[in-house]
Amino acid sequence: MIGESTAGVETARRALADLPESPAVWCSGLRKRYRRQTAVDGVSFTVDRGEVLGLLGPNGAGKTTVIKMLLGLVRPDAGDVLLLGRPARDPRARARVGYLPELFRYQPWLTAAEVMALHVRLAGVEVPDAERRECLATVGLADRAGDRVGGFSKGMQQRLGLAVALVARPELIVLDEPTSALDPLGRADVRDLLLSLKARRVAVLLNSHLIGEVERVCDRVVILDKGRVAASGTLAELLGQRELRLRLDGVSPEAEARLAAAGQLTRAGDAFTVALQDVDIVPDLVADLVGLGVRVHAVEPGRISLEERLLDILRAGSDRQ
Amino acid sequence: MNARIVFTIATLTLREAARRRVLRSLAVMTIALLSLSAWGFYRLDAEFGGLTSGEARLATSSILNLVMFGLSMIAALGTAFLAGPTMAGEIESGTSLAVLARPIRRSWVLLGKWLGLVSFGSGFVILAGLAQFIIVWATMGYWPPRPVIGLALLAGQTAVLLTLGILLSTAISPMASGIVAVGLFGATWIAGVVGGVGRALDNPGVERVGEVSRMLLPTDGLWRGAMNAFQDPNLLAQSTAFDGHPFLSQSGLSVAYVAWTALWVALVLGLAALSFRRRDL
Repeated sequence: MIGESTAGVETARRALADLPESPAVWCSGLRKRYRRQTAVDGVSFTVDRGEVLGLLGPNGAGKTTVIKMLLGLVRPDAGDVLLLGRPARDPRARARVGYLPELFRYQPWLTAAEVMALHVRLAGVEVPDAERRECLATVGLADRAGDRVGGFSKGMQQRLGLAVALVARPELIVLDEPTSALDPLGRADVRDLLLSLKARRVAVLLNSHLIGEVERVCDRVVILDKGRVAASGTLAELLGQRELRLRLDGVSPEAEARLAAAGQLTRAGDAFTVALQDVDIVPDLVADLVGLGVRVHAVEPGRISLEERLLDILRAGSDRQ
Repeated sequence: MNARIVFTIATLTLREAARRRVLRSLAVMTIALLSLSAWGFYRLDAEFGGLTSGEARLATSSILNLVMFGLSMIAALGTAFLAGPTMAGEIESGTSLAVLARPIRRSWVLLGKWLGLVSFGSGFVILAGLAQFIIVWATMGYWPPRPVIGLALLAGQTAVLLTLGILLSTAISPMASGIVAVGLFGATWIAGVVGGVGRALDNPGVERVGEVSRMLLPTDGLWRGAMNAFQDPNLLAQSTAFDGHPFLSQSGLSVAYVAWTALWVALVLGLAALSFRRRDL
């Protein structure tokens, strides 16, 4: 009997292990009204494990409200949230979640090291002192660990907030405008940090106004406008195909045919634009053109920027209104 | 219920109280009051050496109660103005965002803060009260009849007021919650004095003012119980001349009233937890 039940448990365990890992964030139909103002209206999206998802949108689009609903800080009027496979109503869902709020403030009467210790205790994990110090060092606060937070500048408090979000070995990190108070150097640090999190398969939900950052680090983007999802997808899906801009002279009909064979061709004087499916063909294409006697002045692979696409989507949204 | 989280928040609250300026201002006010009273009792003994023992007991009892009222006032002000910032202030500044996004329930945080504040307020009342007893004993040779019960009731009074402060601070701004809590404390005390006057004049209508206010906010009831424990028990038995005296109490507290106070604290704390849970941050 005992043997049988052990075998049963083992089968169940294997069956569970074979199940696809639950996403880091799953939310569906989130809705929130503040008096007469609808802040969030039917927002649904997922963040997969190890994925970096960018949340974009104009001021007042509802990004911060969505983040707060995910973390149980704001009560949704409707909708469901699962964090790391657990319903968000259960506080344990947040055990492996790190959060840097947009409004970042930490107990001014504590030292940076004490704030870290407090958050480790609240998260209910054991993190050795050395690891906590390493976390502070990652954000450039190694030599300020013993100083009271009350004496920190805004930028240093935001760095501390990042360390707090990282300290309890999270599997999901939610960063709400993580670079709002940082100088360009600090922003570069945050970008490196995001890339290292991605390499460690930590899921990240990033709300940022700095579209360049989002474009560089995010796998997928959700664009919110007036409380709704205006668009979402991978960068490739959102931005469409790439294009190759060339400046050439001495283009023979054979050379033009070669260009047209690579992709849809448009020409304006000596400027040629080829729509590409695959950027890997560029070196061969250039070699062939040179072989055909074409003089190549410039080759510039490009695609429309996320910023242009975002503005298009938001303008289209306001035109529909 | 997670005792570890509640304990963590309680120690954090105590550390906040210790590190903020509140503690220093509280210490300065207390030392000022204690030194003034020490000087006063010393002069009382020196100038009125010819008092009969009864007169001396009356003077000592009422002055002791007056000074203890001062101490309870300092404790009330201190804890009410700690309770406001610790809840509403953290919500307003955003400090609570990072904390409450941890795997914890808001009610645990609330209970932890309450415990921390109650320990702080009670610790203050007990230390300052004991210091005052020693001063009176050294100068006048008077030791209150039931010091433990009296101090426990004073600590209870502080707990009642800070529970109210916490409830208010889950709904309104930190400063407003402190002001309203202290205002209500003062109003109940005045209603208690009015009720005492009504009793002395055999006017049941006026007497009821004190009774009703004592049920709505038990601070004054506990205070009167504490006064009764501090004063000489023979004093009021001798004469009815002191009916309605604001710093002498006619009777001790009933067990039912203490039970009602405990229930009151639990109810208000529950209400605060409910209000805090529903609040969007």
